[in-house]
Amino acid sequence: MKNFAALTRMRVQLAFRNKMFFFFVIVMPFAFFFLYAGVFAKSVPRIVSFYLGPVLAFNVMGSFWGLSATLVLFREQGILRRFHVAPVSASDLLASSIVANYVLTLPTVVLELLFARFIFHVPGLGNPISLFILTSIGIVSFGSLGLVIASVTNTMQETQVLNQLLWLPLIFLSGATFPLAYLPRTVQRFGLFLPATYLVNGLQQTVVNSATPWSRYVEILSLSFWALITFFLSAQLFRWEPEAKVPRRAKLLVAATAIPFLLLGVVENMSDRVLHEAQTAFEMFTSAPSSARPASLGVPRKPAGDKNPPGGNPN
Amino acid sequence: MTNPILQVEKLVKRYGDVEAVRGVSFNIEEGEVFGLLGPNGAGKTTTVEILEGLRTLDSGRVSVCGLDPQRDSEALKQEIGAALQATSLPDKLRVIEAIRLFASFYKRQRDAQELLKRFGLDDKKNSFYGQLSGGQKQRLALAMALVNDPRVCFLDEPTAGLDPQVRREIYDVIEELRRDKKTVLLTTHYIEEAERLCDRVAIIDHGVVIALGTPRELKARSGGATRIEVRLSKPESNGTLKTLEGVVDAREVDGAFVLHSQRPPQTIVSLVKHLEAGGNELISLEIATPSLEDVFIEMTGRRLRD
Repeated sequence: MKNFAALTRMRVQLAFRNKMFFFFVIVMPFAFFFLYAGVFAKSVPRIVSFYLGPVLAFNVMGSFWGLSATLVLFREQGILRRFHVAPVSASDLLASSIVANYVLTLPTVVLELLFARFIFHVPGLGNPISLFILTSIGIVSFGSLGLVIASVTNTMQETQVLNQLLWLPLIFLSGATFPLAYLPRTVQRFGLFLPATYLVNGLQQTVVNSATPWSRYVEILSLSFWALITFFLSAQLFRWEPEAKVPRRAKLLVAATAIPFLLLGVVENMSDRVLHEAQTAFEMFTSAPSSARPASLGVPRKPAGDKNPPGGNPN
Repeated sequence: MTNPILQVEKLVKRYGDVEAVRGVSFNIEEGEVFGLLGPNGAGKTTTVEILEGLRTLDSGRVSVCGLDPQRDSEALKQEIGAALQATSLPDKLRVIEAIRLFASFYKRQRDAQELLKRFGLDDKKNSFYGQLSGGQKQRLALAMALVNDPRVCFLDEPTAGLDPQVRREIYDVIEELRRDKKTVLLTTHYIEEAERLCDRVAIIDHGVVIALGTPRELKARSGGATRIEVRLSKPESNGTLKTLEGVVDAREVDGAFVLHSQRPPQTIVSLVKHLEAGGNELISLEIATPSLEDVFIEMTGRRLRD
C-alpha cells in the first residue's frame, strides 16, 4: 500500500513535468470540447448538451494512449528492471498507473462540465452520481486497456500502431465523434460490440435524460467487469524486462477481453435498446428549439421507460 | 568457518539452445568484496541477475542471506542492494526524489541527504535524472543500491562505459564500501578493477569459472612470471620460443607472441640473439608486471579485453 502511494505520487509528479502529457491530457480534450461545443453545436445549449456525453467519453477513453506508451517506455528504457530489483510488485506499478491517470483525468472532466454549464449555459448536467460512476469506470477501464496493450506489444512502435488500430473504431463507430444515430445501420450494429459505445451512450443518457445509475446498470456493470478482467490480465502478462517477449498464449488471453462486449453486443443487437436511446436523443436535439428545451427538462428519471419503436434513420 | 552469506552451486542457465552459465560455483563470506571477472558474454550478468531474483535458474542451487532468490523473493529484496546494467530512471525524476522514492520501498532506510553527500551528489540533488552525466548517473545508481543499508550489494559492471577519471571516482566509492565491511559482489571486465577492489576473484569465461582465489594467489598461479609481448616481422614457432632462457610459457595471441618469463632480462637477451640468428626482426616489445590478464591468457589462450 505504501509503495503504491509513493509510485502514484511519482507518476503524477512526472506527468506535470511532461510536455506530451499537457498536450494529450489537457490541450487535446479541451480543444475537442470547444470544437464540438463552440463550432459544431454553435454554442446552442441544447445541442451542446447532446454532444457533452460523447465529448466526455472521448476524453475518458484517451486514457489508454498515455498509459500504454508510458509503460512501454519504462520497460524499453530499463526503468522497470530497477523497480523489479526493489521490493515493488507488478500490481503496485500497474495500480499506481491507473490511479495516477484517474487523478489526472477526472479534473479535466469536471472542468468540461463546468465549462458546459457556465460558458455554454447547458441547462442541466444530468444525474451527478451516474456521471461520477460512469466517468470513473470509464477512466479505469480504458486505462486498464492501455496496460494490456503495453503487455502485448514489444516496442513503442508496435504500441502506437495498436493504439491507432483500436482508437479509430472506438471513436468513430461508438458515437463519440459522429452521433450513433447518424451512422448506417450496419455500422451501428457493429458499434454495439464496442465498449466505447456503452460509455458514450451511458454518459449521453445521463446528461440529456438525467439517467439514474440504476437505469444505466448495463453500461456500469459491463464496463466494470471489463475493467476487472483487463486489469487482471495486464497483471498476468506484465513483463519487467525489455528483452522478454510476449508469450503466444498472451494473445489468446487478450482476445478474451473482448468476450464481455461480444456477448453484450449480441443481446443489445436483439433488443435495440442502445440504438433506440441514441435515436431518441438525436431526435430531441434535431427537433425545433422551442419544443426541445421543455422536452429535455421534462424527461427525467425514466429514460428507458418509453417504448416507442425506433424512428427511421434521419439521413 | 562461518556460513557463507552467498552460495552458488553448479548453477546452470540456458537461453534457448545457448548455455549462458554452465555449472558455476562459488561462495562469498560476509564482509568480502568478491569479483566476477570475465569478458562480455561470459555469463557474469546472468549469474548476478539470478542471485538478485530477476531471472530463474535451470539447475543448481543458489542462496543469498540464507534465502532462495526465487521462493523468498520479497524477503530477499529487503536484504540486497543492486546497481544493474542496462537500467535507468525517468528523465524528469529529480535525484533526491529518486533516492527518497526507492528508500520508501524498504523497511530499513538510510538518510537520503547523507547518501547524496557521500556520493558527491549533494549539489545535484534537485537536478533531473536526464540532466546528469554518465558518472553522476552511476554514482546515483550506487547510492540507490545502498538506500536500504543492504547486507549484500550487487554491482554489475559499475564502471563500464565510463572514462578513466570517472572510473577512479567510482573505485574510491567502492573502496569505501570495503572499509565499511560491506559484502559486495562486483562484476567487471576490467583487470585493474578486480585487482584493486576485490578480496577474491572468480575468473569466468563461457559460463564456467576457470580460476578462483585472491588476486595475489591467482597471479602466483601463473608463476609470478613477467609478461613479455613481442611482435615479429616473421612468424616463429611457440616451441622454439619456449626454449628461450627463463621462459615458462609462450603462445600466440592475436598475432603477437606472449612470453611468460621468470627472468625477464635474460629472456630478452636470448630472444634478440635467437631472432638475429634466424634473420627475424623485432617490431615491438612490451613488458608487463604479472596481472590477472596473464591468468586469463594462460587458461584460455585469449585476451580478456575485447
